[in-house]
Amino acid sequence: MDKTFVVKGSNLRAAANACASRSRQGLLAMFACDERAMSGCYAVYCLFDGRQPGGLVTVKGLVPADGPLEFPSLTPIIPAAAWYEREICDMFGLTPVGHPELRPLVLHENWPAGLYPLRKDFDPGRVVPDAGKPFPMLHAHGEGVFEVPVGPIHAGIIEPGHFRFSQAGESILRLDAKLFFTHRGIEKAVEGLTPDAAFPMVERICGVCGVSHALSFSQALEGLTGTVVPERAKWIRVLAAELERLYNHVGDIGNLSAGMGFQVAVSNGSRLKEGLLRLNEALTGNRYLRGMVVPGGVAMDVTAELRGEIAAALERFEPDFASLVGLMRDNDAFLDRVDTTGIVPFAAARDLGVVGVAARASGVDWDMRRDKPYGGYDELEFAVPVHRSGDVAARLWVRVDEVPQTVRLIRQALERIAAAGPELAAKVPPAPAWSTGAGWSESARGANLHWLMMGEDNKIWRYFARSASYPNWPALSVAAPGNIIPDFPLINKSFELCYACLDR
Amino acid sequence: MLKVLQKIMAVGTVTEAWDAGPVPERFRGRVEPAGGSCAACGACIAACPVGAIEASGDSIKVNHRACIFCGRCVERCERGLMTQTGDYKLAELGGQLLGEAVRAEILRTLGRSLHVRHLDVGSCNACDFELNQLLGPVYDLQQYGVDFVASPRHADLLMVTGVVTRNLTQALLMTYEATPAPRLVMAVGACAASGRTFGTSNYAVRGGADALVPVDVYVPGCPPRPQALLYGILLALGRIEKA
Repeated sequence: MDKTFVVKGSNLRAAANACASRSRQGLLAMFACDERAMSGCYAVYCLFDGRQPGGLVTVKGLVPADGPLEFPSLTPIIPAAAWYEREICDMFGLTPVGHPELRPLVLHENWPAGLYPLRKDFDPGRVVPDAGKPFPMLHAHGEGVFEVPVGPIHAGIIEPGHFRFSQAGESILRLDAKLFFTHRGIEKAVEGLTPDAAFPMVERICGVCGVSHALSFSQALEGLTGTVVPERAKWIRVLAAELERLYNHVGDIGNLSAGMGFQVAVSNGSRLKEGLLRLNEALTGNRYLRGMVVPGGVAMDVTAELRGEIAAALERFEPDFASLVGLMRDNDAFLDRVDTTGIVPFAAARDLGVVGVAARASGVDWDMRRDKPYGGYDELEFAVPVHRSGDVAARLWVRVDEVPQTVRLIRQALERIAAAGPELAAKVPPAPAWSTGAGWSESARGANLHWLMMGEDNKIWRYFARSASYPNWPALSVAAPGNIIPDFPLINKSFELCYACLDR
Repeated sequence: MLKVLQKIMAVGTVTEAWDAGPVPERFRGRVEPAGGSCAACGACIAACPVGAIEASGDSIKVNHRACIFCGRCVERCERGLMTQTGDYKLAELGGQLLGEAVRAEILRTLGRSLHVRHLDVGSCNACDFELNQLLGPVYDLQQYGVDFVASPRHADLLMVTGVVTRNLTQALLMTYEATPAPRLVMAVGACAASGRTFGTSNYAVRGGADALVPVDVYVPGCPPRPQALLYGILLALGRIEKA
């Protein structure tokens, strides 16, 4: 069951610490909400998973608007809070006192000091002049140490981010990343919209996690409106979510080889992925499955003909994929590059709250589909592969081992769709004013958590989206040091983090 | 090594002609607006999440540059007058490519090769992933004498994806400046072509690509499928005629 503890902002650290020690995975997400209109306070929400599957434990710290705008930082005891607190400081102007590394995260040097876009009195349409603040980066110091700046515009077709490598010769001493270049203000843009009007933006937070975002948002909304998704829609959603995982994993497995110039694997990965994208297009009219999942259910049926097409495509896919993986497994030159490269130790993965493939490659046995089941996954059979070496190879093999499980889930979903009634979507009633709710799903990259607070007239008051890439980005700075720069593309690709998902 | 050769032999050549194969039945392409019996109820205009539909006189106009091809207008038209066709060949020329003489001069300078620099200025990454697919064996972009390059200094064309965010404005302007003339700019997808996907009053977004740099080709889509991108490229190069 869900539990909420409301505490004074000044007691937030103690309350969060107590909840963290009683939860399995620690801090899941942390964000603020401008509730001055209701309570005269800003609220800082910390979400933990409870001991019971399915339940969430929320600690809500109230920071009075007429007092000092600060709260005690959780980061010294819960390292996973570091980025969330920097974001809260940027967007709301609440200071986490005692944060070991407080500097801007979302808003860059062009943003003037003292303006907080997620406060309710910030008019999103106002013209904000360009500022020229400094944007501090982390450095390493010492004789012979030099820096290599990379990005935000990269040499390949990659999303934008700026990396600063502090180097001792070829070895990376420290890596700092400046991200949020593709910050599109989506959380602010949906405020004041109905869920229906906001939904296309939610689905477009990220191209390749679109189903997962649509699912997390829909489930949050369905939870707080008491909407029950029809049986058929439930299994079509599983089908769409697993097809998303499949094309992502296959593309990522092939693309990893681009980090070492193993072109045969790259080309075959791209070819297999193209087949899956075309299957998506036949199913939903969009190669990235957009338009399928909607609040209340799904928008399109999966007919017997389409089910046959999907089943046949899987039959062709399996041996083809197995032989692609065979090219990697038996190849010493390949294994030499991936084994022991870019290690995230178990303790770091736990402390940073790393999720998904990256967590399961470092021995964290955690998958939302099994451990916080949603959308019918508890009725389906699948295994959750876990590796322990935490290196590039482990992240690769977790994906490789997940592919047959995903195929297994798709086959089960197809059977269930065939047996289910025809109804595709339930009507979603208006949400009660000031109701809050969370929804989650396991994207190809890991736990994707959305939180909604509805205002009056079925309009969104606050929306927070924390995709899997959010807690995983800081792990990259743990994995890189000790490796050489030429291995960085490989390490980066092994995480396959979305910039768009993080930046939103 | 033997396995690699076996795989290469077994797979064979998979490259296709750029517009090969039928468009799937469910594909959501060009929106064909209401005809004469439209009640002017405004349902389609209200349904459009990006304000791409306008009433002009007694007819409805769809701005395909802004359209995200969600199909809501079709779904919510009470009289069922809106239809969505399978047409994805929606690219339009603009800027320097509109004037015949300038266009001829640019195409003469480019000759038979075109070097492209991708520039993500605030994309959700779907367009970016489609650009990646162009380089795969199925579309094999290089067969047209077109390739992606690592630096804007080597580029003839900038393929811009995404709404221009505040945080990438400087990167867009500097990359454009670094590209030698004659330089072409392609706005790829609804975000770059219109800038409206995430609302028009947004602190983090400046607008579409043409809010900051001149654009010579617009390729609608959300994202444009690879064939739509190839259509835009080949159209810009004068290798095919407007469909």
